[in-house]
Amino acid sequence: MTRNVDKDKKDIMITPGEGVGILTAHSIGEPGTQMTMRTFHLPGVVEAVPTGLPRLIEIVDAKKKPKKPVVMIYLKEKYKDMKKVEEIAEKIDEVLLKDVAKFSEDFRKRQILIRIDKDEIRQLKIDLIGIKKKIKAELGPNIKMKHKGEKVLLITKDMPLRMLRKFTNKMKNLHIKGVKGINKPVVTKDENGEWLIVAGGSNLTDLFKFEDVDPSRSTTNDIMEIYNLFGIEAARNAIVNEMYTTMKIQKVNVDIRHICLLADAMTVEGEVVSVGRHGLSGRKPSVLARAAFEETVKHLVNAAINGEEDRLRGVTENILIGQPVPLGTGLVKLTMKHETK
Amino acid sequence: MIDENEVFEKYISKIKFTLFSPEMIRKMSAVKLFVPDTYNDDGYPIEGGFADLRMGVIDPGLRCKTCGGTVRTCPGHFGSIELIRPVIHPEFAPMIYMFLRSTCQTCGRVLLTGEEINEIKGSLMTRDEMISTVITRTKKVKNCPHCQAEQKEIKLERPTSFYEDERLMLPTEVRDRLAKISDDDLRELGFDPEYSRPEWAVLTVLPVPPVNVRPSITLESGERSEDNLTHKLVEVLRINQRLESNINAGAPQLIIEDLWELLQYHVTTYFNNESPNIPPATHRSGMTLKTLAQRLKGKEGRFRYNLSGKRVNFSARTVVSPDGCISINEVGVPKQIANELTIPIKVTDWNIEECKKMILSNESANNVTAVYVTSPNGRRRKITDTNKEELANELAAGWTVERQLKDGDVVLFNRYPSLHRMSIMAHKVKILSGKTFRVPPSVTPPYNADFDGDEMNIHVPQKEEARAEAETLMLVEKQIISPQHGHAIIGPTEDHITGTYLLSLDETVFTKEEAMDLLALAGIYELPKPDVKDKYSGKAIISQLLPKNLNLRIESKIGKKGSSKSIVEIKDGKMISGYFEKKSIHSVIEAITLYNGNEAARKFIDGIGRIAGEVITRKGMTVSMKDYTLSENGKKKVKELVENAEKQVNVYIMQYKNKTLEREPGKSLKETLESKSVKTLGDIRNDMSKLLEEDLGQENKAIVIAKIGARGSIINVTQMSGAIAQQVVREKRLHRGYRYRPLSHFKQKDLSAVARGFIKSNFLEGLNPIEYFFQSMSARESIVNTAIRTARSGYMQRRMMNALQDLVVKEDYTVRDGSGRIVQVIYGGDGKDTMKIKKINEELTAPVGLPERE
Repeated sequence: MTRNVDKDKKDIMITPGEGVGILTAHSIGEPGTQMTMRTFHLPGVVEAVPTGLPRLIEIVDAKKKPKKPVVMIYLKEKYKDMKKVEEIAEKIDEVLLKDVAKFSEDFRKRQILIRIDKDEIRQLKIDLIGIKKKIKAELGPNIKMKHKGEKVLLITKDMPLRMLRKFTNKMKNLHIKGVKGINKPVVTKDENGEWLIVAGGSNLTDLFKFEDVDPSRSTTNDIMEIYNLFGIEAARNAIVNEMYTTMKIQKVNVDIRHICLLADAMTVEGEVVSVGRHGLSGRKPSVLARAAFEETVKHLVNAAINGEEDRLRGVTENILIGQPVPLGTGLVKLTMKHETK
Repeated sequence: MIDENEVFEKYISKIKFTLFSPEMIRKMSAVKLFVPDTYNDDGYPIEGGFADLRMGVIDPGLRCKTCGGTVRTCPGHFGSIELIRPVIHPEFAPMIYMFLRSTCQTCGRVLLTGEEINEIKGSLMTRDEMISTVITRTKKVKNCPHCQAEQKEIKLERPTSFYEDERLMLPTEVRDRLAKISDDDLRELGFDPEYSRPEWAVLTVLPVPPVNVRPSITLESGERSEDNLTHKLVEVLRINQRLESNINAGAPQLIIEDLWELLQYHVTTYFNNESPNIPPATHRSGMTLKTLAQRLKGKEGRFRYNLSGKRVNFSARTVVSPDGCISINEVGVPKQIANELTIPIKVTDWNIEECKKMILSNESANNVTAVYVTSPNGRRRKITDTNKEELANELAAGWTVERQLKDGDVVLFNRYPSLHRMSIMAHKVKILSGKTFRVPPSVTPPYNADFDGDEMNIHVPQKEEARAEAETLMLVEKQIISPQHGHAIIGPTEDHITGTYLLSLDETVFTKEEAMDLLALAGIYELPKPDVKDKYSGKAIISQLLPKNLNLRIESKIGKKGSSKSIVEIKDGKMISGYFEKKSIHSVIEAITLYNGNEAARKFIDGIGRIAGEVITRKGMTVSMKDYTLSENGKKKVKELVENAEKQVNVYIMQYKNKTLEREPGKSLKETLESKSVKTLGDIRNDMSKLLEEDLGQENKAIVIAKIGARGSIINVTQMSGAIAQQVVREKRLHRGYRYRPLSHFKQKDLSAVARGFIKSNFLEGLNPIEYFFQSMSARESIVNTAIRTARSGYMQRRMMNALQDLVVKEDYTVRDGSGRIVQVIYGGDGKDTMKIKKINEELTAPVGLPERE
């Protein structure tokens, strides 16, 4: 019986020589044509998060920031009461000065008038003095501040108009409260019935400073942030998870092995590398393979300057010069001595 | 009789890229060109001109003066032009710039002290990083650390002008400065001076490619038309000579410099006619010339068009049409194509009689006919009625006979776009009359083919190795399970599914004659025992196709959940209960492949296909208007459903206007209204499909084919008999068009369902004009999206293919790339093959974290 099991096991092992890279590219690329371009409303998330093909391309490109970063914040304590969770969500939500105040610029007098909305700050439980202090801290040496009640007047000394507008924009985005970059937190339940907070923006570093937030379970869809925070292995897992979920949402059935291989290839270098001319393809050792992909002339010229050698170990190079490729049956080297009579 | 050259093939082991030194260019030059012309009036190449016979030949009949070869045998030889004044190679200008900036302008040393260089070399940097650090560091240096000379600022104005403190540098100056850099310094920086000295990038002699690189063509009028490159080179030489005579005549410096610049322009455009900041060189007609860089670049360039993609012979293309009778391993090939395509056969002592027969047979006799014979000395002759007797007598072992395609030959069958490895599979030839390729409907899914005018290609492998490989690895039956997800991808489709479903129904019974007919179609000549009185149930027929050792229990979508009817049960190769629909048929195919092998699965697919085709022909499955017409009650209910939703939306609008609408977290009031309306209107579809299923009944043909997965979906039915419902553009209800309204038939800011693209009519009744426009709006969006999607996903796949193509599983199950670096320690974490894992009716394995190891 053990012999049978052993045999069964051997039977389902992959054949050595199989070009698994190509298999992966086929398996992930082929369903791409069937996928919808539509963004998808994840349960709870307010804004539409890209899924399907756009998201897939985003992952493969190893973008610095996803188009719509989203964090899922789990809490250490499993609250039964939604109220408690909502309180935390409110604490996290970032409030900028423009959310609670109206701005008007006087270009002749070179002044900016900020009118703070009293009702709004009462609702958000922010005190007026705190805001004023924050404004004051941001002012440069040439700007004076006058304030009375909810009105704040910023007087500048002959500031160029362009600078004045720039300064207004800076003040508009002044951070008042909450976690930087986090917006529109929504409290929802996950499939296990646990409360969690889903929010736009991604800033795990600051979020983990909150005591209620469980750092071991909270996640983001921002792969680069995971990489910077937790390292390359976590980034690989993040790629696998993100790809897997996007595929699942689209009801595309692709084996996990393919996704794993792509994620592994993207992370072998020790950093997250994109698939394309600036990433994996651009770093290939073979001159010919790079030249055949994109930016032909650039690669050939640089190769000549640096006296590069192409050792012809990849697939493209060998196709270019008309030799068998080092994959599958092309990998087997078998010669038979012919006996002559 | 084995030719040694055939066994011990030569392989290229590496290719090195370097710069040409002027000496090297002169050394390999077969001729120095001095005539800026090609052919004389008699059409004979001018000596010293650009068609000089020492550079090779392109005219048949002439012989190369260097190697003595003819058009076919001469590989071509380079020539050269001695440039009277040096000229900068435009593509290497950035490199020259780098050297000029990082070396001293007086002594030619690197602008860094020895310690600094050692420090950079000692750090853990790649070569590229090292060079960029050297560049950034030397940028700041004001005085040379070696000779203390002050460094001026150098600028590069693309493509080829260098400025030193605003003063234009002549190429001679640039060259002199680069020549000053010592070999040792170059080595320190990681360059190999033996192969590429920087001053070689300033050309003193220009290599002229062989004539066969730039062949001239003879037009119908007998006029010769020269290649773009020749045109450019002629101009280079002409200006060069003008410059020379001006210099010799002692012309003013200004004129010389102008001509020099012109020479530079011609050389620049000769290399790259798309350089920034200079006007592209054109023909007299105004068409831009295609010069060296343009020849290599891009999709139509040498690399992607000719080197990565190769043209082939022995292939054919025509329209495909279905044939339900041939096996999935076969492809029907028209007689005309089979006659045209050939396979070479080596004549041996064992097959010589056969070969002779092939030579002697004539086409009308419907035999396989040989078309060509080749004797061992390489002479290839066409077989004609007049010489066939003679050739057959001459035939001996060692000759080669090229014969026409015959039944059973292995060919590769392909449909573009080849997104898959299953887009090219090996089929066995079945020669049929007609002019189309006949494809069994069951192999349609992997090719993504249909028969609305699709064309497909076949390729005929020419060598034994190729044929063996095609048959053992690429044959259709080996591809039944897709490596993409481990499930069957070849199997009954559309009507075959319906047929199989009808066959599996409990009420399906056949008389003895009918049963015999059906089974005979599948090649089964044994009749089971009658199981329903003296008649045969459909399940009994199916059971005859199943392998005797098959045991299976699958939940299917048909029938009430949990009831015995919803479970397809197969015991010892006998189908006991359940109905077949797409999923369960595929599960059965997967099970057979796993337990009984690919051949058994192929036989099952072939058999079930033929029987199902016959069953659906006899039993029928058609729809009529009646199938889509609701009862009066049903119509009323649909109307109610729509009206209720409309009312609900109006309530929301009222609440929105009164500001009593409860805001959803994180959304503005307007967004809340929108999302609530979308939800209410969207829910109609689900409610309606339930309603329709009830009203039309489970027996309704349209619903049945949707449910068993043969064709269409419930949504199609609801849109035909219920209502088309909400139209969407950019994931929102229709909102773009006129100011605050999608069409001018509504009041501005009207947020009601009808004004925002809700269609109450169905396809059966027809749409009113407004609805028609609404439908067109979202239809256009989806067409545009499809077009964009194909382009984007195609590029993504190309990038992935290029990035991953070198990854291969080695004998120890590690995945490695071309340079041998390990990418995965064990393939997929367990080394298992997706195709071979048992995955019957089982969802994907959950995402794995770190690969498990034993």
